[in-house]
Amino acid sequence: MTESPTGLSKSSGGPVVQPESSGPKRRDGNAALAVMRSSVGRNAGLVVALALLCAIGAITAGERFTNVDNAMTILRLAATIGVVSIGMTFVITGGGIDLSVGAILALSSVWCTTLATQQMAQDTHWIAMVGTALAVGAGCGLVNGLLIAYGGVVPFIATLAMLASARGLAEVISNRKTQIVTVEGFEEFFDGKVLGLPMQVWLFVLVAAVGWILLNRTTFGRRTLAVGGNPEAARLAGINVKRHTVMLYVLVGLCCGAAALMLVARTTTGSSTHGQLYELDAIAAVVIGGTLLSGGRGTIVGTVFGVLIFTTLTNVFTLNNRSISEQSLLKGAVIVVAVLLQQRFASRSNTS
Amino acid sequence: MKSLPIKKVGVGIVAGVATLALAACTGNDSDEGADLRGGTSEADDGSNDEAGDTVVIGFSAPAADHGWMGSITESARRIAEQYEDIDLRVADGTNDVNLQISQVETFINEGVDAIVLLPFDGAAMTPVALEAMEAGIPVINVDREFNDPNAARVTILGDNYGMGVSAGQYICSQVGDDPDAVVAEIAGIDSLPLTQDRSEGFKDALSECGQDVDNRVAADFTVEGGEEAASNLLQAAPRIDAVWNHDDDQGVGVLAAIENAGRDEFIMVGGAGSANAMREIQSGDSVLKATVIYPSTQAADGIKIARLLVQGKAMSDLVEVEVPRTIQLYAPVVTEENVDQYLETAFES
Repeated sequence: MTESPTGLSKSSGGPVVQPESSGPKRRDGNAALAVMRSSVGRNAGLVVALALLCAIGAITAGERFTNVDNAMTILRLAATIGVVSIGMTFVITGGGIDLSVGAILALSSVWCTTLATQQMAQDTHWIAMVGTALAVGAGCGLVNGLLIAYGGVVPFIATLAMLASARGLAEVISNRKTQIVTVEGFEEFFDGKVLGLPMQVWLFVLVAAVGWILLNRTTFGRRTLAVGGNPEAARLAGINVKRHTVMLYVLVGLCCGAAALMLVARTTTGSSTHGQLYELDAIAAVVIGGTLLSGGRGTIVGTVFGVLIFTTLTNVFTLNNRSISEQSLLKGAVIVVAVLLQQRFASRSNTS
Repeated sequence: MKSLPIKKVGVGIVAGVATLALAACTGNDSDEGADLRGGTSEADDGSNDEAGDTVVIGFSAPAADHGWMGSITESARRIAEQYEDIDLRVADGTNDVNLQISQVETFINEGVDAIVLLPFDGAAMTPVALEAMEAGIPVINVDREFNDPNAARVTILGDNYGMGVSAGQYICSQVGDDPDAVVAEIAGIDSLPLTQDRSEGFKDALSECGQDVDNRVAADFTVEGGEEAASNLLQAAPRIDAVWNHDDDQGVGVLAAIENAGRDEFIMVGGAGSANAMREIQSGDSVLKATVIYPSTQAADGIKIARLLVQGKAMSDLVEVEVPRTIQLYAPVVTEENVDQYLETAFES
């Protein structure tokens, strides 16, 4: 029973050709590979990449890059997309994909800034807005999850539909206007500073920490890996795969709701145009971080590095007066290289 | 088996040549762009254009996803090149407010002398603009207004209502005598305030000569959208006397639809003022007889204003010793008679 699925994953890992070589030589190579494959090795690669970027930034922009304010600018930019990416890591690790994160973010931002919500928040507490955004995000995730797990719709299609519908609904609710937040306290909380770090950065740190514990230290995380690696085996092992899949999409929805709040605080507005193409940024960050697109292996630390690499790249380009288009070109190349490397490691690990 | 390497080499050569040929095909620069006037090279002594202390200006605008917006950044760059005392930092092209905010933050960190900002969303960029102003960096707000007047030192705006009025008045002058004239309107994205302003002005001007809008469709500022909306409109209205199309970028599609339908019984008025539209007007044999300008050089104006502001100069043709608070640009009608005057600064869609 367990034999056939493993065989399948082997063949999907690419052509398995490894010529017989002499013993010691092969062991050396494997030892080096093992280090590279281990999470430490993979993260080391990301650290090197990030350090390289920082070096380029420091050389080309000097003091303008290395000062503390600039670091804060990078972190604030990374925070919103980072929170979305943490959620995305879970879905991808669980063998799925979510194309609707940007749209869910837009819908949450609009829903939590409508006149009605703001009135309610005014009368009670700004927590009402937080509740609304998180509930809308989780609700969208629930719809995605139910469609995928129980409706049998492919994740790609179900979330593609959500991408269109959620943004559409956001436009309907907001009438494509920008909604300005006037609730007292909300801004002060989300856009304030704690211990010298912006609140948004703290939230990113918090979400990343919770995500790391959830993925690496809880049954939920183990199950996510199992479901993503081999759903059939996971089912036979007694995991309720369908329910778990639903929970994964609810989780990414919640992250989108949280990210929406951060963006609302940053811009003081909710708008149906928020979060455009965030799905691509998030998936890119997750993939270059080392999470397998086919599921079964995920890394929160890698995702955080992935997000930081892309935002630092953006920052270095801005500082050097370069255009966004060139940056997009480079970004594409970075993704391809990361995935090619990943596939190499994956196919080697299957043969060992 | 023996022929295989040769084949491979052959394929390699073909691929290489094809790649080189393709690479050669990416050149897309047409002749030197329009002269925007001004510049330090020919400045008189004591005039505003005379080179002064170097001014570092940060510039950020939305993604150049249509001709008008492309021209915004392009003309800003060009005007900066004409002044040897302007050091322009361009953080161009994003429709992600999160990223645009971080661009402005970068400018604040760098301590630029002034920031010229065309926000993707005026309200969303207000907090960071306020931050810049509080840091002592004057912000010049272009085209899309902030929702707090304190967030900008100078605001430069086009005139959307005025565009509608200009278009309406021109159509009145052409078909106003005919009480049965059928007037149609092809709007841009309908829910945007700017579209509503344009339509409002158009309606008001038409009512002055007893006309009204008989058929109205809305497109989305893209060529495809314009083509689709115009096809539907032409299908719906068997006879039209005059039509106003809000935007010359979508106008490319509108003209294609008119061509396909083989219609030429009406006059058409464009909007925004692209060079393509003006050449159509110039040729004289198109249904397009006029267009109303919405200046694509307003960011360039912003750059010039920022320079004056930082160097402590005033606008030399005004008595006032400070740069004004708000500048609203005019929306003139371009026809065959005066097209030469405007073609120079028009944008290519």
